[in-house]
Amino acid sequence: MKPAPFDYVRPKSVAEASVALGRRGASTAAIAGGQSLVPMLALRVALPEILVDISRLEDLKIVTRTPDSVWLGALTTHAAIEDGETPDVFNGLMRRVAGQISYRAVRNHGTIGGSVALADPAADWPACLLALGTSLRVVGRNGVRVQSIDDFLKGAYETTLITGDIIMGFDIPSPPRSFRWGFAKVARKSGAFAHSLAVAVAAAKDSSVRVVLGAAGARPRSLVATASQLEIPNSTEEQIRAAITADLNAYFTDLDDYQKRMHTANVLRAARNMRAQ
Amino acid sequence: MTAVTIELNGVKITDDVEPRQSLADFLRDSCGLTATHLGCEHGACGACTVVLDGKATRSCLTLAVMCDGRSVQTLEGLRIDPVMEMLRRLFHENHALQCGFCTPGMLIMARDILRRHSRPDIATVQHELSGQICRCTGYANIVKAIVAAGHEIANVATSEE
Repeated sequence: MKPAPFDYVRPKSVAEASVALGRRGASTAAIAGGQSLVPMLALRVALPEILVDISRLEDLKIVTRTPDSVWLGALTTHAAIEDGETPDVFNGLMRRVAGQISYRAVRNHGTIGGSVALADPAADWPACLLALGTSLRVVGRNGVRVQSIDDFLKGAYETTLITGDIIMGFDIPSPPRSFRWGFAKVARKSGAFAHSLAVAVAAAKDSSVRVVLGAAGARPRSLVATASQLEIPNSTEEQIRAAITADLNAYFTDLDDYQKRMHTANVLRAARNMRAQ
Repeated sequence: MTAVTIELNGVKITDDVEPRQSLADFLRDSCGLTATHLGCEHGACGACTVVLDGKATRSCLTLAVMCDGRSVQTLEGLRIDPVMEMLRRLFHENHALQCGFCTPGMLIMARDILRRHSRPDIATVQHELSGQICRCTGYANIVKAIVAAGHEIANVATSEE
């Protein structure tokens, strides 16, 4: 057994789980799919005294669709999204992103809530959900709060979550039917964390474009100049390259020449894929 | 220690586990089921893949205590499974193993691929198998065996119609 010893509790409700997580004088951790947390426990990077199993809380498994948005409960697995068990109003974007996360056996248990709560700089969901303008609902000791994912993500493995907080789920605005997207990932091996992760979306051809780059800094960022350039019909690759360079310089300070070229190529690939749709 | 009840290869068992014990260690050390192999112990190699509630699962990334009330199938429990019988034969015929260390995980994953894809092509099998590491074979014969199994299952289905 590699992890340090801990106590295990399996609360019956979200409220009970929040109380268990917020217990004074004890370090606690919530476990859902455990696909990142279990290795962290084994490496003793995470050292909770109490592990709170939230994986069976039905309130976190709700998936609904309204005319305006899709609600994905925090316990929705990558595999469920990959298989189209959740509403796919994104013309396949979320299915594509889900299907490239790690490996199937991991996707069967890893959850979208766990991925966002961990906030790995190279994770797929934070970047994708940022591109889709998602807000999330968090329940904690001070009640419920709704926050945009942009405000929620603070840095590498850093979010606004405090002790006792639990992500309930994600409210993702439904795009119009004309929605198009491009997704590009650089990874040394399929299933490995990305070295560059680019998501480009548009409400319609050349309109309301958003481009997000992940794995380039502490957290994914929206590339504003690149998005504006992609809203200009038939803007040239040279113009788009210049906009990407401007964005990289504005949002990511520590990139070396190789990384700049890699991210530029990757964002361009996502942009081209989006325009080709 | 926490008591857990798990339906293991079709039989309900109750045992005490430490919360920090992985399902893999529970299967190997407490239950003596050593077909489940441990390679990397952090989810990268796939050797420890088992079936949890019908889904392919890394037993090294799963805590035994979280499997309370669930069903677990290991390779030992799939001895008379028709797809597994076919896979064993085709792995043999196609020389899809050398040292055999990764084979239990390969077989479990192969069966999972065949449940989700009918007649998978080479590219599909390669993508689906990307989470299983083999250091001997170079994968070609493993992929060949799984593709062959897909064809055989499809042919059996057609001839039974």
